[in-house]
Amino acid sequence: MQASRTTAASGLSRTGTQGRPKPEQSATREMFYNEALGDALRLEMERDERVIVLGEDIAEHGGAFQVTAGLLEKFGPERIRQTPISELGIVGAAVGAALTGLRPIVELMYVDFSGLAMDQLVNQAAQNRFMFGGQARVPMVMRTQGGSGRGNAAQHSKSLEAWFAHVAGLKVVMPATPADAKGLLTASIRDDDPVIFLEHKLLYRTKGEVPTGEHVVPLGSADVKRAGKDLTIVSWSREVLFALDAAKQLGSEGIEAEVVDLRTLVPLDKDAVLSSVRKTHRLLVVHEAIKRAGFGAEIASLVAEEAFDDLDAPPRRLAGLETPIPYAQHLEKTVVPQVDDIVRVAKELVA
Amino acid sequence: MDKKTALDLYRVMRRIRDFEERSSALFAEGKVWGTIHSYAGEEAIAVGVCAHLRDDDWITSTHRGHGHCIAKGADLGRMYAELLGRETGYCRGRGGSMHIADTSKGNLGANGIVGGGIPIATGAALTAKQLGTDQVAVSFFGDGAANQGGFHESANLAALWKLPVVYVCEVNQYAESLPVEREFPIKDISKRAEGYGIPGVRVNGLDVREVYKAAGELIARARRGEGPSFLVAEAYRHEGHYYGDPRKYQTKEQIEGWKTKFDPIAEARRWIVDAKVATAAELDGIDADVIEEAKRAVAFAESSPLASPIDLPGDVYAS
Repeated sequence: MQASRTTAASGLSRTGTQGRPKPEQSATREMFYNEALGDALRLEMERDERVIVLGEDIAEHGGAFQVTAGLLEKFGPERIRQTPISELGIVGAAVGAALTGLRPIVELMYVDFSGLAMDQLVNQAAQNRFMFGGQARVPMVMRTQGGSGRGNAAQHSKSLEAWFAHVAGLKVVMPATPADAKGLLTASIRDDDPVIFLEHKLLYRTKGEVPTGEHVVPLGSADVKRAGKDLTIVSWSREVLFALDAAKQLGSEGIEAEVVDLRTLVPLDKDAVLSSVRKTHRLLVVHEAIKRAGFGAEIASLVAEEAFDDLDAPPRRLAGLETPIPYAQHLEKTVVPQVDDIVRVAKELVA
Repeated sequence: MDKKTALDLYRVMRRIRDFEERSSALFAEGKVWGTIHSYAGEEAIAVGVCAHLRDDDWITSTHRGHGHCIAKGADLGRMYAELLGRETGYCRGRGGSMHIADTSKGNLGANGIVGGGIPIATGAALTAKQLGTDQVAVSFFGDGAANQGGFHESANLAALWKLPVVYVCEVNQYAESLPVEREFPIKDISKRAEGYGIPGVRVNGLDVREVYKAAGELIARARRGEGPSFLVAEAYRHEGHYYGDPRKYQTKEQIEGWKTKFDPIAEARRWIVDAKVATAAELDGIDADVIEEAKRAVAFAESSPLASPIDLPGDVYAS
């Protein structure tokens, strides 16, 4: 019974290294998010020959979002293994390879396709260690991308992190910046558990300074992307950038929002969330995924359970409407939180 | 077949049959929790195949996995301990019958999802290929699993990449309650191999000699780097889908008559004695040894401590 109580709240919890990771080297370079991911893959493949990449269109084409561009030339077709369109087969092969000594990375083109591979993720990869009484490790990463904003419509735009966060045995990582993308992917590849690494299709062409050498951001460490005293905005993935824009606007109106980027949902850096809320006394959670049963509910409940007395207002959630993502350009934006929405709800919260 | 091989195969088949009978009895006594699926009737398949595997070769098994575990060298005491929810069980009571694994012997686990092990064995074969070893992976699955998409995707992938994996389909005549003739529009499912450009071989899964011979060739072929293959072995599931299955889909004749009509162990006894490979008395001696060994295994399990409480996050996460 002890066990179910510990898992019920929010999966893994770890005392996070709050704030930015200590810079281990000074050299940085401006990189695109997809380039930073490719940099992590290259460095880890150089470092460990057991690291291989499996996926569709990842070889000559360089991946649907150009993350693996240039890797075929460097590592050859045995390690940059382009596959037929067989999501279940590819993910399952990665599970078997991980169980037997490789450290495979699967690139799944869209998170929407994960349904095709769900058995291997949920019944196999996630549970092997537990079911086998600790005899197994499944050090694999499934990199994929989700999110709306590019007119890809309902089968290519979802945000499904809550599905994966609900499964005991998986880790869930969602970087918002190029530097975090590199540091978290490195940590995910080195991790001995299966990691669902969720990128956002509209982040690939965002730029930022990224350490050029080895860069590791530990899983389970949130990052305060902007300090503030009036309210806490907890977010992840692309909505972090929206939250930062909103915080800037709010700042010009005298409201100082603190923006906490979770970076990983599992393990969850509870301390980062709770200590921010204990400072600001107000919580707004923002995510692109549908609000109903979304991970925002987890954060709101965590704060209600563990920091209720610190709150000056009920926690608020701002998230996607309960609809598939529409196609038309003027409609797409209306179903996921935009900067103006965050500003509006933040003002209501501090009023 | 030489005497040692014949008697080794016979002994392991007996060991499996005894395990199934004894675990059913333990279930009836209320000592085994959940559900169990008997492999009785299919022993020749696991035994004939695994006789060619080394400890560093891999298998994936099924919900009906006791036979594969035993044939791959599992310790009976630790298997019984798992069924009884003990700390000494292979999965420390976390997995039970449907998840017994023994990674030290290359057993990547029984699997509660029909067809779930097929892509995993394919991935294990990818490891061998990638690291340049001569290890082989074998995936055991039933006729039901041959209709899962994972079989198709994996066979195609393995053929494309020439992976050292042998897919072993155990046709036990039923996919749960569905008879085989209502599962497939074709009679010989080994013909499916042709669609993947790999060898497909169909054998009588009641005759351990046939299984042993065919599996030996296909495993050696995989070990030489010549790629995957598909072995279809036909047998008859003596019991229901699970312990306690009311078996409404079978006739009285099938339930009561067929287990003696289609029995790989009786079949083995017959040819071993007829061909004068060994005497009936020698076989009886093996049977007696198997019973003694099983009694010791059950005693070990029953005297083992109950499985320790769930420890989080360590039981679930490695790091």
